[in-house]
Amino acid sequence: MPEALLELSGVHTHIGKYHILHGVDLAVPASGMTALLGRNGAGKTTTLRTVMGLWKASGGRVRFDGRDIGALATADIARAGIAYVPETMDVFAGLTVRENLLLGARESRMDPARLDWLVGLFPALEKFWNFPAGKLSGGQKQMVAIARAIVLPRRLLLVDEPTKGLAPAIVQNLLAAFRELKSAGTTILLVEQNLAFVRTLADHVAVMDDGRVVHEGSMRDLAADAALQSRLLGLALEAHS
Amino acid sequence: MGALRALLSGDFPRSRVLAALLLAVLAALAVAPFAASGARALNAAATICVFIVLAASYDLLLGYTGIVSFAHTMFYGIGAYGVGLALAYIGPTWWAVFSGLATSLVVALALAFAIGLISLRVRALFFAMITLAFASVFGVLASQLSDFTGGEDGRNFQVPELLRPSHRFLDADVFGRSVDGRLLTYYLVFAAAVALFLVLLRIVNSPFGRVLQSIRENEFRAEALGYRTVAYRTLANCIAALAATMAGALMALWLRYVGPKTVLSFDVMTDILLIVVIGGMGRMYGAVIGAALFVLAQNYLQAGMSGVSEALSGFPWLARALHPDRWMLWMGLLFIACVYYFPSGIVGRMRGREP
Amino acid sequence: MRTPAADLAPAIVVLAVAAAVLPFVSFPAWVTLTAAGLAMGMMIFIMASGLTLVFGLMDVLNFGHGALVSVGAYAAMLVLAPVAAWTGADSLVLNLSAIALAALAAMLVTGAAGLVFERTIVRPVYGQHLRQILVTLGGAIVIEQLLDVVFGPDAIPVAMPEALRGSLVAGEIAVEKYRLFAVALGLAVFAAMFLVLDRTRLGLLIRAGVENGPMVEALGYRIRRLFIGVFVAGSALAGLGGMLWGMYREMLTPSMGGEVLVTVFIVIIIGGLGSVGGCFIGALLTALVANYAGFLAPKLALASNIVVMVAVLLWRPAGLYPVARR
Repeated sequence: MPEALLELSGVHTHIGKYHILHGVDLAVPASGMTALLGRNGAGKTTTLRTVMGLWKASGGRVRFDGRDIGALATADIARAGIAYVPETMDVFAGLTVRENLLLGARESRMDPARLDWLVGLFPALEKFWNFPAGKLSGGQKQMVAIARAIVLPRRLLLVDEPTKGLAPAIVQNLLAAFRELKSAGTTILLVEQNLAFVRTLADHVAVMDDGRVVHEGSMRDLAADAALQSRLLGLALEAHS
Repeated sequence: MGALRALLSGDFPRSRVLAALLLAVLAALAVAPFAASGARALNAAATICVFIVLAASYDLLLGYTGIVSFAHTMFYGIGAYGVGLALAYIGPTWWAVFSGLATSLVVALALAFAIGLISLRVRALFFAMITLAFASVFGVLASQLSDFTGGEDGRNFQVPELLRPSHRFLDADVFGRSVDGRLLTYYLVFAAAVALFLVLLRIVNSPFGRVLQSIRENEFRAEALGYRTVAYRTLANCIAALAATMAGALMALWLRYVGPKTVLSFDVMTDILLIVVIGGMGRMYGAVIGAALFVLAQNYLQAGMSGVSEALSGFPWLARALHPDRWMLWMGLLFIACVYYFPSGIVGRMRGREP
Repeated sequence: MRTPAADLAPAIVVLAVAAAVLPFVSFPAWVTLTAAGLAMGMMIFIMASGLTLVFGLMDVLNFGHGALVSVGAYAAMLVLAPVAAWTGADSLVLNLSAIALAALAAMLVTGAAGLVFERTIVRPVYGQHLRQILVTLGGAIVIEQLLDVVFGPDAIPVAMPEALRGSLVAGEIAVEKYRLFAVALGLAVFAAMFLVLDRTRLGLLIRAGVENGPMVEALGYRIRRLFIGVFVAGSALAGLGGMLWGMYREMLTPSMGGEVLVTVFIVIIIGGLGSVGGCFIGALLTALVANYAGFLAPKLALASNIVVMVAVLLWRPAGLYPVARR
């Protein structure tokens, strides 16, 4: 059993008066992709944001690479090697694509080789290099958001529903991009509702309900067990293509 | 006991010290015309009455609903100018008083409604800026349209016959005080202030008041529970505005004068803020204690400061800092301290707990 | 500040307003009014630019900003007084040196005051907008009162430097020299801000932070330090504006900054909270309209600021150059 890169133990999160996470236990193995599934409101986004320090855990422990990161500020968590692509993408609309990526590169200059690789993954980047990111389509913004997150090599990439509202062609593009990322050794924790997307990519899967992880296991096992899928997610993985 | 409960809308002081202070204030205000020596003391008493209404209505907005609005003095001014200008132009009759008051209330209601609707689309900070802008424009207009409003110097006017000092009801003095129109005016102000305060007390203790507080606590939750927060906020705005308007009318009747400096200046707004914060935000009784303390301090503490300042004349900067004109400095520091450490103010400390 | 594909409409509106007034006044009067409007607009821009950035970046509305303007004016006066010989001389070089020193002093003092203000007054109530308004207001009161204590409550006269007195005359047209100076300085400040925001990494961070602070943090930047830096810079700009304002009025009072605060608020609302370009155009528009109205319809002039604000908001509800916010 490979050592978990990211480990949540009994994590609780409150947002104001609302108790969202009720003791989340999650182990994300290093390298490969872990999918985080579940109904709307199960707490998937909250989990990602708690890991990123955007919302402080009110109980439990979050460890990254053996290190307790629960008390760290978001900026320091990012510097530890975790990147985050939110559900809302959050590209800087007033900044150009180039400027967005420049911010992702932090202090260092953008490595030309890395840049070439990114443009290979997302050709649209080059086309809209000097365009304000706000003027791009949803799919293009998503590519900018992901590219920005990985301009610097990262240990762990947290992605929240990247295919939401995107055309199938773009989804295929993302599929290829994530495959490449995986083969480059990045660990990915992906929140998704598009189960077909996840089925082909994920190695490991965790299912959440009501602020808890109710199932954890390999993707292959889950994909093979229709009854389990139905019980956990209320529908079959096959049905979503 | 039941009658008292009904009167106070179930909102008892819940603290011996507070109850004692409130009774003391009430008693002092009730007998002020007879106990006070000199016009200045009586003026202070009347000012306290008016400011209690101003502060209580502002607390409805700030403490209970969580809205910061700088338009409160605008409504105060509308009430004062409405009655004052009516008396000046129509003549010193009761008709003038009532028509002036009615006009002010209508205008105030319309403006409050409009302002409430603005709060629909903007955030708290934005709202505060906009109300500040409108209030300041109103103040400038009042001082510049001098032909109509009397400009910077304001306007004196006569009040109806019954309210004039020259009108005596009894030939003999009662408790050393002539029973005249001035006395009547004072008790009019006093009674109106008490009534308005009790009405506001009832409002904040009603289901409506509780919804306001829940909106202050967590707007999203209130919306989720089905309350249209914009409607509630607008209504709170309107109620506060109407109360401030009436307070203005009372002040005009008392002073027999209106002027931008007395009713529209930002100083009055800061005074109200100080009273509400130091007295206790979200505590109606805080308005009473706060107003009483503030007006008394304004009138009498400054004399004390003057004495201390002179005694310290050897240390020029300290003496200047304690000069009575600088009493705002200390009020400001107290204000900041209250916002940080005593959000529930004096009354909150006395009651010892959050509601 | 990167306005999408050069959105010049607001700038054109300013030019249109200036042009529209031309038929109604004599040309010399028009020049005087326009110069006055531009100069006033520049001063307000300098005072307001810091506030709009602080608001956009930190969601902090500093009601104490006006008091900082006053502090800047007094600090500048403290420096100008000893070098009265320089300002008294009819040499432009000496005058400008004196002014440069005073400006430096004003900016340093208000920058430092801003640092203290941020740490003691603003930081504890971060994110709590209601208390923020109250506390910064309290801070403003205290600062003004302290100015009273230190300098006395009476108005203090300030001597305008000799070389900037009077007007440049060409036939019937006269333009006050000080106004030209204010316009030049304003343009310089605007250019400097534009360059920093558009060409430097710091500027990039600020622009991104105004849009979405948490996302900037999630990229690994410690945005707190950025906040402090911008707050201090904003305060320093307030001080510079205060110096100009004080010299223009040739008189200092502790409440002079507070008096301008409402106009500053109106300007940053017009410009779009967080937009320096919007603030620039908004300030020019507001000041020009105020000056034209003051000449053409004096009684209405007082409400002109509000009228402009309402008109702009009806056209663009989020301000002239709304910053795309999260």
